[in-house]
Amino acid sequence: MSIRHSLLALLSEGPKYGLRLREEFEARTGDVWPLNVGQVYTTLQRLERDGLVESHAGEDASPQKAYRITDEGRAELSQWLRTPPDATAPPRDELVIKVLVALTVPGIDVQELVQVHRRHLIEAMQQYTRVKAEAADDEIGLALVVDAELFRLDATVRWLDAVSARVKRRPPTAAPPAPAKAPAKAKAKSNVEVKA
Amino acid sequence: MTAVIELRDVSKVYGTGATEVHALVSVDLVVEEGELVAVMGPSGSGKSTLLTIAGTLEDATSGDVRIAGSDVSGMSRNDRARLRRRSIGYIFQDFNLLAGLTAVENVALPLELDGINMKTARRAARSALKQMDIEELADRFPDELSGGERQRTAIARSIVGDRNVLLADEPTGALDSVNGEAVMRLLREACKRGIAGVVVTHDAQLASWADRVVFLRDGHVVDETAPVPGPESLLA
Repeated sequence: MSIRHSLLALLSEGPKYGLRLREEFEARTGDVWPLNVGQVYTTLQRLERDGLVESHAGEDASPQKAYRITDEGRAELSQWLRTPPDATAPPRDELVIKVLVALTVPGIDVQELVQVHRRHLIEAMQQYTRVKAEAADDEIGLALVVDAELFRLDATVRWLDAVSARVKRRPPTAAPPAPAKAPAKAKAKSNVEVKA
Repeated sequence: MTAVIELRDVSKVYGTGATEVHALVSVDLVVEEGELVAVMGPSGSGKSTLLTIAGTLEDATSGDVRIAGSDVSGMSRNDRARLRRRSIGYIFQDFNLLAGLTAVENVALPLELDGINMKTARRAARSALKQMDIEELADRFPDELSGGERQRTAIARSIVGDRNVLLADEPTGALDSVNGEAVMRLLREACKRGIAGVVVTHDAQLASWADRVVFLRDGHVVDETAPVPGPESLLA
């Protein structure tokens, strides 16, 4: 989550004080990302240093400074919104590693292990869905944040379904041999031979 | 809470000898009034068999099945048919609405088949359509309705009258995610009004609308979710 660009987005609507920025940030992200005041002011200082916002004294001799987005800030925001997030991260997901390891450990029931994780994920999805079910119709920010999390968890559940199906179809001869006998390389080779 | 759907130690075997298939093995499933349960599992895990046995469309090979307080195994065919007409509502993936009847006529049909006069049945049907927020579409034919509206009509038909069992087989399969969510929201609300619901699905997002998710694998219930804690647990 880019706090920097979220603050630019809020300032693109008009000048605002730091405290107001924090309130609006939390409200629009469905109160799922709490933000402390320190984070807000540190980020605003960096944005000002980079020429993306400028500050001016508040009205009525208020000690707070109001912040305004600059033309450079608008250009930066527009560029950021159109830049695709990095979707090419290598598969170092903890769950993937656990399942890969489980395939090689003797005595581990991979189907049972997959089910433990599937249940855990769906319990988390039930909690998020409950949030959505109880949200008011106009809380679109909250619904979108919850949807994003639900789709992410759903993708992992589907991956676990694929693991179950692949493990079930795995030829019995491709099961890992007893430990201490065949080295890993030989085992991989035997898998290839079975498939061929 | 009252148990409305009770399957105890239920098994179902198709075929004999070499072709014998154990579709369900010693399955226990109890669904209470007001509860929505999702049954998840891969193809061939026994989900649909479980639904047809709970719906009294098929007999269990062994075990006890009680629906709305009645022991199904001892019932005559006629008594079962009456139980289905009066107590059990079905929702299918492809809606199963009759093309030649309007929405309100489709919804009223189970009541009219049960001998209730047309005027009373249509009044109940309009009330069910109102619960689904589509009362204004009552006089349209199925081909004049969108996919989401057809499924709402099908849900209205499944809850019309005094039904207390709702069984759904992949009820949102033909809908996009937002319409699918709307259908699950309505099913959840219908159950909260006192119906016991079972939804069979392989879709985790739909299952997450249920109060409880039961997992089937190779005919066995292998797991189920814990009760859902409040949303504050997400922010802890």
